[in-house]
Amino acid sequence: MDMAKNEGQELNKGMGLHARRILAYLVLITVSFLCLFWFYVLFINATRSNSDLQSGFTFIPGGNLAENWKNLVNGTLPIWNGLLNSLIVSTCSAALCVYFSTMTAYAIHAYEFKLKKYIYPFILMIMMIPTQVTALGFVQLVSKMKLEDSFIPLIVPTVAAPVTFFYMKQYMESSLPLSLIEAARIDGSGEFRTFNAIVLPLMKPAIAVQAIFTFVSSWNNYFTPALILHDDKKKTLPILIAQLRAADWLKFDMGQVYVMIAFSIFPVIIVYLFLSKHIVQGVALGSVKG
Amino acid sequence: MKGNKKAVRYNKWGYIFLIPFIMVYVVFQFIPMVTTIYNSFFENYMSGLTQIGPRFVGLENYKNLFAQGDIGLYMKNTLVMWIICFIPQILLSLLLGAWFSDVRLKLKGTRFFKTVIYLPNLIMASAFSMLFFTLFSDGGPINSLLMQIGFISEPYKFLSNVGSARGLIALMNCLMWFGNTTILLMAGMMGIDTALFEAAEVDGATSTQVFFKITLPLLRPILVYVMITSLIGGLQLFDVPQILTNGTGDPMRSTMTLIMFLNKHLYSKNYGMAGALSVVLFVITAVLSLIVFKVTGNDKRKG
Repeated sequence: MDMAKNEGQELNKGMGLHARRILAYLVLITVSFLCLFWFYVLFINATRSNSDLQSGFTFIPGGNLAENWKNLVNGTLPIWNGLLNSLIVSTCSAALCVYFSTMTAYAIHAYEFKLKKYIYPFILMIMMIPTQVTALGFVQLVSKMKLEDSFIPLIVPTVAAPVTFFYMKQYMESSLPLSLIEAARIDGSGEFRTFNAIVLPLMKPAIAVQAIFTFVSSWNNYFTPALILHDDKKKTLPILIAQLRAADWLKFDMGQVYVMIAFSIFPVIIVYLFLSKHIVQGVALGSVKG
Repeated sequence: MKGNKKAVRYNKWGYIFLIPFIMVYVVFQFIPMVTTIYNSFFENYMSGLTQIGPRFVGLENYKNLFAQGDIGLYMKNTLVMWIICFIPQILLSLLLGAWFSDVRLKLKGTRFFKTVIYLPNLIMASAFSMLFFTLFSDGGPINSLLMQIGFISEPYKFLSNVGSARGLIALMNCLMWFGNTTILLMAGMMGIDTALFEAAEVDGATSTQVFFKITLPLLRPILVYVMITSLIGGLQLFDVPQILTNGTGDPMRSTMTLIMFLNKHLYSKNYGMAGALSVVLFVITAVLSLIVFKVTGNDKRKG
């Protein structure tokens, strides 16, 4: 009797497991479809001409991609400038941010000093404060420093990035033994050299993950650059997208509009596909304790 | 004694390595914060081409801000859009997180699925919003698709109806953030002691029981963390509605968020009101941050 009951339960559970697996796949496929559908439509529409686009929707790509691209490049939006500006700002931000955040984390991790017990909680406290709430003072400061239309106010502030700092600190706790630093001292290595030659290489995995995140968030940033950059030659891609939206878009060749959107989205997607494993792991790693 | 001295000599490097962070923080974040608060007590705006103020007015800006009533409307808009984004997001993330971390389920291709659901998080929000604007415009592909399959007979004006405009913004945000939430929750679920699950299995608990009696209670600190940080992020909602509505917050200002309101004041150089609004937002986020700080702090002490 007992055995029969057990068996029944096993069977029941087995069936349940099977059904749950099918349900899981169904939901996952639906959700994946919802994530990818928009980009597929974007790709299709970027390859079709304006008149094709007006005549209705199809799932088959057209042959107008090169033509749309040519029209966009020869049009009024300075997209090559935009791309170059976005690249400069994002690359410099990522480099400065990871280098100095690692340095800050190292200061807290490797040294004992009086103010440490105040500074560490302080950095954690300011972590959540959004940049928008200090934007007013920031804009006034930038105009007083005569740095409007310059990339400096977009790049230099990333030196003080509490979120990146926190990730680096977490990573150091798990993989940077203090005995190693002791050993370097005994060998006569100066503190600054120890940081550059020993600590930085050991932090490579964390640095790579955070460099990608900083790059992407800088690449996608619209709010702050839009307040600082007014000269057409200095604008980054998100500002150009906003300009495209603000223009009387019905007069536009829609093929061009789609190519422009694709131009801002697809480079990130391609890079992501190559690095996705590290990125997804990085998100999980940084999250364990928030 | 000698070793002690040496340690002290090394430890001054702690301060030296902190210099870049502190300097940049003070110049680009602390001073702007102080001047923002300072501005909030002054009348300072452009009336046509004439500059009014700056003149000290005490709390007048705050009074005006709340008396005009707009801030209440924009707060409501922001919260409504956050809620219709967050509820499906957290439910879906819990479900997917539970499936991904369930060893008995042995799902195949989880890496592919994780990659796909995280993808929208990295997309430029303004470009994504522009894409939705073109896709859901009156003559856009979604309308023509719906008409081709005979679902509707004439174009549905997605961007002129309050419900669908807010719904689209919530949908975009949900798509952009549920992958991130899933991975956070999954990491939390994987951190739960597997012995608990094994014990439950021996006792004959169903997977639903395991989820509600073990996983969910143990996940509470992470859930609170996810919810509050999502709320803080939700209050910053800007790129998506700004681009979708071209900054108007249409239809009838129903998609105008707090940061869009702030952005408007910044562009029209109404610094007094912008300052007051910033301080209000700052106080709200500070309170929410303190809650997060408490929750994660407790979590740390435990393990």
